[in-house]
Amino acid sequence: MKLKDTLENYSFVLPAVLIFSIFYIVPLFWVLQLSMYQWDGILPTKVFVGFRNFLEIAQDKIWWKAMYQAGYITLIALTFQNALALTLAWACDRDIKGGNIYRVIFYLPPVLSEVVVGLVWRWIYDGNYGLLNYWLNGLGWAHLTTDWLSNPKTALTAIATIHSWKGFGWGFIIFLAGLQTIPRQLYEAARVDGANSWQIFKKVTIPLMTPVFILVSILTILGTMQVFVLILSMTGGGPGYHTEVPVTRILASMVGSSRFGYACSQGIIFGAILLAVSFIQIRLSKHMRQA
Amino acid sequence: MTDGTRYKIEGFLKNASVHLLLITVAVTCIFPLLWMIGSALKTQQTVFSDMSIIPRHPVWSNFYHAWTKGGFGMYFFNSVIYTVTVVFGIVIVSSLAAFAFSRLKFPGKNVLFYMFLAAMMIPLPGSFVPLYVLMTKLHLVNTRIGYILCMINVGLSFSIYLLKTFFDKMPPALEDAARIDGCSKLGIWWNVALPLARPAIAVIIIFNSLNVWNEYILATLIFSSKSLMPLQRGLMIFQGTHITEYPLLMAGITITVFPIILVYFLMQKHIIKGITAGAIVE
Repeated sequence: MKLKDTLENYSFVLPAVLIFSIFYIVPLFWVLQLSMYQWDGILPTKVFVGFRNFLEIAQDKIWWKAMYQAGYITLIALTFQNALALTLAWACDRDIKGGNIYRVIFYLPPVLSEVVVGLVWRWIYDGNYGLLNYWLNGLGWAHLTTDWLSNPKTALTAIATIHSWKGFGWGFIIFLAGLQTIPRQLYEAARVDGANSWQIFKKVTIPLMTPVFILVSILTILGTMQVFVLILSMTGGGPGYHTEVPVTRILASMVGSSRFGYACSQGIIFGAILLAVSFIQIRLSKHMRQA
Repeated sequence: MTDGTRYKIEGFLKNASVHLLLITVAVTCIFPLLWMIGSALKTQQTVFSDMSIIPRHPVWSNFYHAWTKGGFGMYFFNSVIYTVTVVFGIVIVSSLAAFAFSRLKFPGKNVLFYMFLAAMMIPLPGSFVPLYVLMTKLHLVNTRIGYILCMINVGLSFSIYLLKTFFDKMPPALEDAARIDGCSKLGIWWNVALPLARPAIAVIIIFNSLNVWNEYILATLIFSSKSLMPLQRGLMIFQGTHITEYPLLMAGITITVFPIILVYFLMQKHIIKGITAGAIVE
């Protein structure tokens, strides 16, 4: 009876565990294993190379360029995108007319796919027929026009801008939810004590929002560092390697040069870096809370 | 001027500048979509010269051509199949598991649950590489079922977590009453737990639908026949082969986003609640 009971209970989790084991755990082990091999993904012959893939990554200039470029997009997302999100959340937190309409509109870009966002903006950015250049010409700023996504100087920033455009609505929602948990009495008390809006923001809002800031920045970093579909749909990594990021490199190693082992080691290195970054941030936040 | 009127004017100006900021940003959010629809209504000749947002002579036939010749009708049908089956699969599989994690006893329960949690926390960039290898080994490349199973797995961890927190709050008295009435465990899951978890299930359905509808990379790696591809993949193929046919491309994109926007406006309350819940999990 007891055994039958236990088996019955197991049967509830069986489908989930089965799917999870096959599609998550097995691939996870394969990544670790394949990273030690040289393999083209088709032939049954795999050559064991030990840690040589990892040594190669250390000297792979394009890989580190891609890492730096992802870092650049992340920096813009952390500063520009999150500052915008916070400002808007702060503006909507007061009982403002139409607050809900703004909320609905700001979250519209995040529900669109990266392919859609990328292709629409690619058309707006187009060097010959794009709307952006048309407007710049109309305003008499012809010297500012360029082929935004083919110019190595502008391509990465153009992508970072669209990434922020797509993402700020998400930060906005989280910030707004955080702001709404702050008791109104605190604001009133500060006002009675003669504090102005900026002082209230600095002395009441920011300290109480620190956990939310940390959460949003961790998720922004993890999300933005791994961005790649947007890039595939806007530039495909070009011009040259000027908009490559780590995940597009992993994809290139796999599909482009059929080096599955190398692609797996790139994935491990990148995953480890991301994990380290979030660990440091969690540590820092704990430290700050104690201080 | 009295102090009272000055405060009123100051307040008005402050309010107006806040609204100005909000409206500006709101316009930048909507504008690209309007531009997309506007471009979809132009012809191959006018799209490069007519820069008005609403064209004077809108051409609706682009939608028809995108749907038929562009293959978007087929891609749309595929996207619907994948979204419906994957979401259905996730709801059933994750609610069964979450029910067990919350309500039933068996050895190794916590280990298994934390395994799902850990999968949510650990970043696995490039996990598509081994997944593709797996699909090849299982002969699931270029099959619908292979893609569906992969995508069910993607949504599983979050859904199990969300449902478990819901089932944990379920009053034991309800469960006991059902048991006394002769309900089996499966019966309690179906008759008591699932109806109570309706709000959580709504969040799971909406988020996973958006996620499957918008998924690109696995669809790219798994499918090689056009007849099996979903919309996002179809868009990239169309863009690659008809690079300058902007009106048709924009019509295709409009077809792709239309259901998303519709669902979003209908369900925005659940969606906004869900994001906050999702962020707290992570």
